[in-house]
Amino acid sequence: MLVGQQQRLQDDIRALVERFGRKRSALIPVLQELQNAHTTISDFAMQVVADELSIHPAEVYGVTSFYAFLRQESRGRFVFRLCGTISCELSGKSRVARQLENDLGIRFGETTADGRFGLEWASCLGMCDQGPALLVNDRVYTGVTPEHVHAIIDECKSTFGAHAREAVHS
Amino acid sequence: MTPVNSKKTPFTFESVEPESGLRAALGMSRADIIGEVGACNLRGRGGAGFPTGTKWNLAAAAKVKAGGTKYVVCNADEGEPGTFKDRVILSDHADMVFEGMTIGARAIGATVGILYLRSEYVYLRPHLEQVLERRRAGNLLGQDIGGLAGFSFDIHLHMGAGAYVCGEETALIESLEGHRGEPRNRPPFPVDTGFEGQPTVVNNVETFAWVVCVLSRGAHWFKSIGTEKSTGYKLFSVSGDCREPGVYEFPLGITVGELLEKVGGQGAKAVQIGGASGHCVPASEFGRRIAFEDLSTGGSIIVLGPGRDMLAVARNFMEFFVEESCGQCTPCRAGNAKLLGGVEMLQRGECSMNYLQELLALCETMQLASKCGLGQSSPNAFVSIVKHFKDEIMGRTLAH
Ligand SMILES: Cc1cc2nc3c(=O)[nH]c(=O)nc-3n(C[C@H](O)[C@H](O)[C@H](O)COP(=O)(O)O)c2cc1C
Ligand code: SF4
Ligand code: FES
Repeated sequence: MLVGQQQRLQDDIRALVERFGRKRSALIPVLQELQNAHTTISDFAMQVVADELSIHPAEVYGVTSFYAFLRQESRGRFVFRLCGTISCELSGKSRVARQLENDLGIRFGETTADGRFGLEWASCLGMCDQGPALLVNDRVYTGVTPEHVHAIIDECKSTFGAHAREAVHS
Repeated sequence: MTPVNSKKTPFTFESVEPESGLRAALGMSRADIIGEVGACNLRGRGGAGFPTGTKWNLAAAAKVKAGGTKYVVCNADEGEPGTFKDRVILSDHADMVFEGMTIGARAIGATVGILYLRSEYVYLRPHLEQVLERRRAGNLLGQDIGGLAGFSFDIHLHMGAGAYVCGEETALIESLEGHRGEPRNRPPFPVDTGFEGQPTVVNNVETFAWVVCVLSRGAHWFKSIGTEKSTGYKLFSVSGDCREPGVYEFPLGITVGELLEKVGGQGAKAVQIGGASGHCVPASEFGRRIAFEDLSTGGSIIVLGPGRDMLAVARNFMEFFVEESCGQCTPCRAGNAKLLGGVEMLQRGECSMNYLQELLALCETMQLASKCGLGQSSPNAFVSIVKHFKDEIMGRTLAH
């Protein structure tokens, strides 16, 4: 990482700690916001967060690795999370999964080489009456069919340019 | 591709006058508020069915530790597979949930409220923040609420980060405090030693909304609905093989068969009641009641149609638990993995009756020895599928 980038990350973390408070209960909100801005929580970031909150880096690592929505490896600008749970299975998630792999050109647990798209399974998204359900960053799609997949990817691509920062969430 | 409204029946929440519950509560003593909530026999809508009045009474009696405050926490982690009614309540009746939390704060003497929202629902956040802002502006939150001198209470949101186990109230508190969502030993209970070690009431989203209705209409009204042990209405999240999946309000005590008729699920082969941690009920038992004394549920109803492969269903549930176990204790961590392996053996037609018996004995161990409700209930679906569908799951050939 370049010195300038490190500096920016450090500044971001300090600002977040200011905002959420220098206390243990601020840890997860800080990590979430950090990930929103930087798509991932790096070793360096974990070290800085630990210093700022006066806790051991292993604690920060322990928390980051525990939660499905916190991650150390980037899953790209747009994280696709397909619900793998029962009601979506009953409504056909397997075929949507296959088409997502085909159209993104990656498997579940992978990120595209250009760093734009990541693909993961999710547990029940609370849209069980309208499955299969798919979460893309903060946005939820329901009743997804294999045919829809291409349009959803296109929608992401069109928001990528000017609004990329805005679109990066979760 | 865009979500549609899930509501399939009117909700009582629509016909209760806004803030009428809070207004009534502000004119009552703390003891009387708790008395009313106790008298109506409201039991928690999150799944476990603990009497709300009893919980509030314990928290009201508990002492605050040096310099702290009591807390009211709304559990909006809604992670049980097949459950989505809290999402609908938060979308359409957020004011009522916050109103119920405010009544809870008055009853137990809390000054801080927290709504723990699952990260999958982050798109609800702007709406919820807006509602909170409006309530502050209307003196429904903040200082001297509703003109009652000395009654101060405010609510903030806290986002989850993707862990089903954080719906368990002690894991939720761990998560709020910035830790891994690993359930604590109980006792001590949150009503005594909760968030930051202080007395804390944790209730489900729907529970808070019903509190408002009870304060507005009276305990006798609520008690007149449902069964003796399961009073009132309940929201049901219905999904799977039926014509009209969605959220329904029915009185507790409704039979599985009656419910299937209302949702267009006639002819079902089985119904999973209570989500992945619930029980699979075969057609021969559709006369049973959905109530705390018979088939208990936080609201998840998954209809399984005639053609469904019960082993595929069991496998999906076991995969869910293997993924979501926090790994803290062995019966759950190792047990769920072993059960998943067992389901896969059954699918390949390679499971002897002896081994199946061994797995069922393991299930008993898990139910008894797991530390929290996740491990204690994770074998339920497997056990009930084995019990009711032995004929279908034994001696499979690969062609199946
Ligand atoms: C693994 C597990 C997950 C749970 N998930 C939820 C949940 O998402 N929402 C909820 O309200 N209660 C959930 N509960 C139950 C809570 O521990 C707690 O009983 C409940 O929030 C109390 O509120 P109530 O009495 O109003 O139902 C869960 C319990 C377990 C063991
Ligand atoms: S039963 Fe499972 S989820 Fe609960 S504490 Fe043990 S390992 Fe964690
Ligand atoms: S099972 Fe997929 S959203 Fe609930």
